[in-house]
Amino acid sequence: MTEVKSPEVPAPPAAVPDELTPGHARWHGLRPYLPLVALVLAAIVPYSTANLPGIFEGPLNSPGTLQLLAICLVFGGLAAGYDLLFGRTGMLSFGHALYFAAGVYGTDVLVTRAGLPLWQAALFAVAGGTILAALLGAVALRTVGIAFAMVTLAFAQVGAILVARDFGGWTGGEEGLPLDVSGLPSALVGVTNTVNLYWLALAYLAVVVLVVHRVSGSPTGRVLAGLRDDERRIGVLGLDPYRFKLVAFTLAGGLATAGGVVYCLIVGGASPHVTSSELTLSLLVMVVLGGPGTRWGPVLGGILYMYLDHRLTAFGTSDAVDNLPAVLSRPLSQPLFVLGTVFILAVYFFPGGLASLRTRLSPLLTSLRRPS
Amino acid sequence: MSAVVLLTLTGLGLAALYFLVASGLSLVFGLADVLNFAHGLFLGVGAYATWWAAANLPGAGSDGFGFVVAVAFGVLAGALVAVLVELVLIRPLYTRTIEQVLVTVGLSLAGVALLQATWGADARPFPRPSWTRDVTGVLGANVPNAGLLLIVAAAVVLGGLLAFLRWTRYGLVIRAGVENREMVTALGIDVRKAFTLVFALGGAAAALAGALGGVYFGTVSPGQGGSLLIFAFIVVVIGGMGSVVGSAYAAVAVGLLQQFVNYYGTSGLGDLCVVGLLAVVLLLRPQGLAGKVATA
Repeated sequence: MTEVKSPEVPAPPAAVPDELTPGHARWHGLRPYLPLVALVLAAIVPYSTANLPGIFEGPLNSPGTLQLLAICLVFGGLAAGYDLLFGRTGMLSFGHALYFAAGVYGTDVLVTRAGLPLWQAALFAVAGGTILAALLGAVALRTVGIAFAMVTLAFAQVGAILVARDFGGWTGGEEGLPLDVSGLPSALVGVTNTVNLYWLALAYLAVVVLVVHRVSGSPTGRVLAGLRDDERRIGVLGLDPYRFKLVAFTLAGGLATAGGVVYCLIVGGASPHVTSSELTLSLLVMVVLGGPGTRWGPVLGGILYMYLDHRLTAFGTSDAVDNLPAVLSRPLSQPLFVLGTVFILAVYFFPGGLASLRTRLSPLLTSLRRPS
Repeated sequence: MSAVVLLTLTGLGLAALYFLVASGLSLVFGLADVLNFAHGLFLGVGAYATWWAAANLPGAGSDGFGFVVAVAFGVLAGALVAVLVELVLIRPLYTRTIEQVLVTVGLSLAGVALLQATWGADARPFPRPSWTRDVTGVLGANVPNAGLLLIVAAAVVLGGLLAFLRWTRYGLVIRAGVENREMVTALGIDVRKAFTLVFALGGAAAALAGALGGVYFGTVSPGQGGSLLIFAFIVVVIGGMGSVVGSAYAAVAVGLLQQFVNYYGTSGLGDLCVVGLLAVVLLLRPQGLAGKVATA
């Protein structure tokens, strides 16, 4: 909906972003430091032996719990990177799994098959994934909207076929390729060192959040937001939408590749499901559940989604569900059924995702508080 | 020579399968601007409904007329699910394209999981008439009958769709709606009825693809629709959104290319060539072979 304004009327001042409007809360001065506090808290989690029955199977510092948390953190970072495309630039890409898979398989193949040291493999994988994103983005961005979604989907499908058909015997095909740990630094190998992988995942998440935050605050980020809202206006202003979109696409692809490297280390190998289009679809679900275009929404959405995806399997086989009639218990034992349904409901009833819950609930709370 | 005939006919069989899925996708996208990720679900519903009917529905069976009844039941089930999806989930989000895509994405995840929960993740043997397991000699090549059945079915569906679009009032509304939806609305015609109709047609065609694909592959599994759907998307983009004839041409091109390259090159290379074809078409002719025209 473009409105035509007469030139005499000055344009209304641009809306001030929420994070810049001074609040009136008591803790307002502390708000900028909250992310730091959260980071420190997350960093000291492995020192806690707290047992949270029902939430995690073992104590917090058990390797199983730490690995689950690390996977959740990586997907939080991935979702934040994907949001750079979907929520902040308005590009609906269905091929993001390709760059993640490039990181996972790139690292795995270079370490296991080529015998490179980890740091070289990681460097090559990230560089390769970024270049791949730039090249494929250059072709795919010739289309817009839904056609762009389909083209990225098709490119990602090529990746899935390449991995599944196992050309040259590099990827291990359907069985996946376990990571050869003999050449890795000893601090990243073994069950007792899961805590280091957890910190690595946390560092990855922090880097992604920082990069996305810095980019969206920069002049480039303003242009990206403009592209999301009205691409034609950006063109009229003399800026080339194609270049800015390509920058966002390449950056998001590079971040996803880095996530793939970390994921490969955490799960100790690669399996073909990381190339599937379902992975991209679940990234989309994470971002929409969390709240597209917000700083913390996609991160929370990614963490929550992966947590539920892992824990709902245990929930589905628990006694409480098994005792239900078969009509209910069978669908409930499928995590994707629960998540898909929640997702559809979220699209209808919470378009802003988790991040908008506070603004949606605050009128309710104030109206409840007033009578007292 | 016989290898070429065989590859051509099996390639056309594959093309028929793609066309059955893509025609519905293409019409839905052309008219309602909905990229329907749940289309694979309609296919799965059709396949499983046929499978279920063949064993449980009175009068239906896996052979002869009973099989026709089973397939008809599957097609009806697919159309019904498609209409329900349109009425309950898509219609409230009219003109909000991204939300519609998101809802169909959620539906494809939840629906396939539901099929999996009900009938298990493993492939089930599909009931098929005994004659579809035989081969027919065509010009010295032994062609599987199931492939020929698919080709005939797709040709009938193509002819039926074109006749419907050209000679009926609703076909006229659909063609006009693909061309310019606002104008049709301005003339006082309720385009939304046409949306429901197009969903029903697309769902029925996809369900038919599911049932006949079950005959062709011999098994039925919950994930079957998803892998076909990606190639159907490619067919839709190459053929041009909203064009039934374009989808038919593109399906034939994709099916033949895939079959021939997979036979003469490495297995899997054909799938890559299809994506290469997509990239070439997009670079040279971004609107697809037929552009946005309902017939052609």
